[in-house]
Amino acid sequence: MQSNTALEYDYSVAKLYMWTTVIFGIVGMTIGVLIAAQLAFPELNYLMGEYGTFSRLRPLHTNVVIYGFTLSGIMASFYYSAPRVLKVSMGELPLINALAKFQFVAYLVAATGMVISLGMGITANKEYAQMEWPLDVLIVVYWVIWGINMFALIGARREKALYISLWYYIACFLGVAMLYLFNNMEVPTLFFSGGLGAWYHSVSMYAGTNDALVQWWWGHNAVAFVFTVPIIALIYYFLPKESGQAVYSYKLSLLSFWGLMFVYLWAGGHHLLWSTVPDWMQTMGSIFSVVLILPSWGSAINMLLTMKGEWNQLTENPLIKFMVLASTFYMLSTLEGPIQAVKSVNAIAHFTDWIPGHVHDGVLGWVAFMIFAALMHMSTRVFKREIYSKSLLEAQFWIQTTGVVLYFTSMWIAGITQGMMWRAVDEYGNLMYSFIDTVTVLHPYYTIRAIGGLLFLIGVFMFAYNLYKTATAGRKLENEPQFRSPMA
Amino acid sequence: MSLTEMQGYAFFFFTIFLVVILYGYILHLYKSEKDGVRDYEKYGKMALDDELTDKPIEENPKETNEKKEK
Repeated sequence: MQSNTALEYDYSVAKLYMWTTVIFGIVGMTIGVLIAAQLAFPELNYLMGEYGTFSRLRPLHTNVVIYGFTLSGIMASFYYSAPRVLKVSMGELPLINALAKFQFVAYLVAATGMVISLGMGITANKEYAQMEWPLDVLIVVYWVIWGINMFALIGARREKALYISLWYYIACFLGVAMLYLFNNMEVPTLFFSGGLGAWYHSVSMYAGTNDALVQWWWGHNAVAFVFTVPIIALIYYFLPKESGQAVYSYKLSLLSFWGLMFVYLWAGGHHLLWSTVPDWMQTMGSIFSVVLILPSWGSAINMLLTMKGEWNQLTENPLIKFMVLASTFYMLSTLEGPIQAVKSVNAIAHFTDWIPGHVHDGVLGWVAFMIFAALMHMSTRVFKREIYSKSLLEAQFWIQTTGVVLYFTSMWIAGITQGMMWRAVDEYGNLMYSFIDTVTVLHPYYTIRAIGGLLFLIGVFMFAYNLYKTATAGRKLENEPQFRSPMA
Repeated sequence: MSLTEMQGYAFFFFTIFLVVILYGYILHLYKSEKDGVRDYEKYGKMALDDELTDKPIEENPKETNEKKEK
């Protein structure tokens, strides 16, 4: 490595991912609002023939927001913050920089393939793992390149210790690698059945209950290693950096890390409570889910305490607002999840709208808020410009917060109502309600949910506009801001 | 002793073992800080002082050797 006084951080890869975050965010969440509206107003299913039905769009929504929006946000943050905490610029490693760009191209191809194939109804039929095997192979290549880049950066670092965010990125890499491979073990039908079916079709290597177990081992850990672990990596970097306050307790961050790593992997069984999997496994899923409160709250409280003595920033800086509310939603979500995983509660909650309610207070309040804050923080450094509009950011915050609250409160009420109605029996033990009775009762809540989603989507457009204007019309900065991101 | 009972005991002792490991780790963190082996809290500065020109919190020995060679 050459010492060079004019050396700067190279943000070219981070910048590419920033834009895909915005594009996939708009696409994924627009579909989300549409399918939410379809549940309230079924006639909206027939806008685009087979391509517009709920069943076709729902996997498109989940996959685009997870692997399009969230993963892009994670990669943008990784390629921005990992070099910084390691004190090595991507520009110093031309081969790794080129490989990272190739990784981005592979990502774009895989993500576009995902949108097209799911849109056409080509699916492996496993939740959050719907992509068929050719795309799975491409994703493995993409993931391996990420690993190479990550460890190459670590190998070239000037800083001896690895900052806690990097621990979480490494965990994200290893966790997803292991789980993804096991869950996507599938047999391409054409090659092993004497020419049956299309070349891209496959069937899972597991069957029945085993398939369900592996599926939810993955499914829940997609939540763990895509929605939680790397987002904690984001908050451990961006909140201290934006506020200028070092993390409250580094020791607590280490303890929470190991706690989370050990516990999270075993919680997936809670998706299969009251099903055909062995009872001890269900109990294990429940217990580990409840224990999970400790490491989750460890990280979240650590973040809130980082703001100790600096709470005035909450009123002055909208990015701090986003991040503090994100960690608060993380606390809410990680308390709500374990409650739902208790067997008796799950008997009511399972298959009801309380579940998507829970998912969305996590993903909208925690994941998306963190990604918005991270991208805005980055934008001032990447584009070397002031954030275009503080008031727009403030307005986005309040509109989206209202949206999230409307979303999860309506789904709490809808879910519990639904769960109770399904179980209600008369004095002779006959079920009191048919399915359509519940649908009729839930209609207002579905409408409220769609409105909540729409408010959130409006915020996404405000964010996209603000980011675009920051990149093109924000006031130019002569020096990179040290902590607080300047905004007009 | 039946298999189920054995599983029960194994589970119980394994839980105790893990609790010991967890508290042992907390103890280890605090003890190594008290004995001056390692100051964990200084690592929090890594996110704040992250300019290329900032002095590393702890210099990577590999990097130091390369500098010496030059």
